[in-house]
Amino acid sequence: MRIFKTLPLLALFILAFSGSSDAQCKAFAKKDCLPELSTYTHDGNYHAAVLVEGEEAELYKTFYSDMEYRVAIVGEDKLPMVEFKVLDANKNILYSNKEKDYAKTWDFKLQSSQQLKLVVKVSSFNKPGDTPASGCVAIMFGFKMKK
Amino acid sequence: MNRKYRLSSVILVVFILIISLFTGCKGGKKGSDQNVTVKMPQDNAVILQDIKQAEKIFNALPSPLESAMLIKSAGARFDANLLNPVTNVNTYVTNKSQALNLGVYTCDLSFASLYEQTQLLIDYMNAAKKMADGLGILKAIEQDDIDKLEENINNVDVIMDVVSQTFMNSNSYLEDNGQPATAAMVLVGGWIEGLYISTQLVDMKGFNGNKLVGRIIDQKLSIDILLNLLKSSKGNPAVDELIIQVTKLSSVFDKISIKTGPVRSEFDAATNTTILKSEVKTDMTPVTFKELSIVVAEIRNSFVK
Repeated sequence: MRIFKTLPLLALFILAFSGSSDAQCKAFAKKDCLPELSTYTHDGNYHAAVLVEGEEAELYKTFYSDMEYRVAIVGEDKLPMVEFKVLDANKNILYSNKEKDYAKTWDFKLQSSQQLKLVVKVSSFNKPGDTPASGCVAIMFGFKMKK
Repeated sequence: MNRKYRLSSVILVVFILIISLFTGCKGGKKGSDQNVTVKMPQDNAVILQDIKQAEKIFNALPSPLESAMLIKSAGARFDANLLNPVTNVNTYVTNKSQALNLGVYTCDLSFASLYEQTQLLIDYMNAAKKMADGLGILKAIEQDDIDKLEENINNVDVIMDVVSQTFMNSNSYLEDNGQPATAAMVLVGGWIEGLYISTQLVDMKGFNGNKLVGRIIDQKLSIDILLNLLKSSKGNPAVDELIIQVTKLSSVFDKISIKTGPVRSEFDAATNTTILKSEVKTDMTPVTFKELSIVVAEIRNSFVK
């Protein structure tokens, strides 16, 4: 009999927490990634995903010659370092944060407008048999008019 | 306990589990702008291999705020007659029309804010709020945000922060609540409105060398991003209609030529900024521009009607 009282509560619990990782990701993006844009105006777009160590994400965006940009890419503390590379349309690497001690931000401007590709990868702790770490990675863009 | 209660409990459980199943499923590996949860493995090596092959792809369109900033930076004038009148707000009752016009009104309010059109800004923020409320987006735009705008009506930086925050609240809510198609429609509405305003502001007498024409040509670089964003929600009837419209627009953009030379990075230590240097040659004839303007106006007018 008691099962019929507890089942609905259990189901409600499952429902309430089914979207909790998404909500946590949003809170993380706002709390930890947004401040990295500092004096740049956040464009208002939201890009965040739960990634597992070793996993990659790609982002395509057009950047304009009239603007100065800052990209901020931040992973939760429980994740290993987050690498990111910026590539042009011919897949030439224009920037890699690995060479800048895994910097979370990159400031840039363009002589002519370009569509660029960002490749974000959570590096690996490399311990076989361990449960791989997973956590939120947020990508945000800030801009200001070129001086 | 009576049988009726037992039966209703079972129905409730089944209903909730079905709902949680559907809200948890957000598409395949190549879904756009999606948060993906990963099941923990029994055999880590095998599962990790699968995970490594998985891809998450984000198609990032310029936000309405960025679109408005591009128009302003090109030196264009402000024309309130080009905006979607706020009096239309009560005519949008479907999910599609509210999503598209949330994007449209957000672009309009960004445009108004950059040109310090204070009363219009408040009116358009209220119109955007109405669209967000209609879509069930909780706390996207609150009365506090509108009060903050009124209190800082002459402070462009604060205004842009509020616009950016409210837009992020909207699109993150939609993404996080399993509505990527609606989120995509909001972005499409904003992007088309920015393109519509730009094309309407071009003075044909000064076509050659017009900076605004240059920014319109640049939008060709985003058309495949836009199509990919929409295709990630293919099968949604509202999105399928938009794909047809945007494909028509894409065929006009195909007539515009952009040739970019090699890109080289130069680091400026003084400003800690990288400069991406490249030469670009573009070509758009006035005839193609007029065709583009007509197609953009057709699409935009179908959004705001």
